Amino acid sequence: MLSKRFAQTDRTRCVSCGACTKQCPRDAIRIHHGCYAVIDALRCVGCGKCAKICPADCITLHEREVQA
Amino acid sequence: MNKQKHWYDYLWLWSIAFFVLGFFNILFAWLGMLDFGLPLLFALFGGNKFFCNNLCGRGQLFSLLGGRFGLSRGKPAPRWLSSKWFRYGFLVFFLAMFGNMLFQTYLVGAGASSLRESIKLFWTFRLPWDWAYTAGTVPAWVAQFSFGFYSLMLTSLLIGLIAMVLFRPRTWCSFCPMGSMTQGICKLKRLGKD
Repeated sequence: MLSKRFAQTDRTRCVSCGACTKQCPRDAIRIHHGCYAVIDALRCVGCGKCAKICPADCITLHEREVQA
Repeated sequence: MNKQKHWYDYLWLWSIAFFVLGFFNILFAWLGMLDFGLPLLFALFGGNKFFCNNLCGRGQLFSLLGGRFGLSRGKPAPRWLSSKWFRYGFLVFFLAMFGNMLFQTYLVGAGASSLRESIKLFWTFRLPWDWAYTAGTVPAWVAQFSFGFYSLMLTSLLIGLIAMVLFRPRTWCSFCPMGSMTQGICKLKRLGKD
């Protein structure tokens, strides 16, 4: 069963510092070739820790679409 | 949260050691070149930000002081601070100041100007620092570079600490010149591949 929410990065604003990767309790975030952070939406539990620590404030939580 | 600890998770100690060593002997400032060289090498040859992500002692220090020690308000920084024009603008400014420092070093080396045993904070305020160097130990330009480079490192640390207190722990990272430069290199290397 997936969480209700999941985190997503704004790739255009991410500075790829890696603060979020250290914070994530699920190890669901990686930095894509030094360009931006990518969050594995299936692993993400939507805790929001990454969004709170992001220095560029570029991570937002989204509601998952209800499964049919 | 029990993540496996690596040896490099303690590099915040290096960040402190650098400034302590430079307080007693300014020549240790040369070691700071590692923090300039390594990120660039990782970006140029690895196409990654492994340095920022795992090895940056300063980032770790800010995380520690702002996080565990609660010295950060944790408020989001204004958007312009992580905007492209500010990030690259700050990078250009920083490189210009670095270039100016190199020029001063050259002048001292060429004998056109004499060694100044002081630290300059925020490119403006001179602080006496003469206890950290015994004249004649090394060529004057080597010492001049040390004073200049230490000034640059201390100034940027202070800016980072202020940003940490006012906003989030690693706010500095969002406009760190090394970070902007290495991300820029990584993006150039990925051009047309994503």
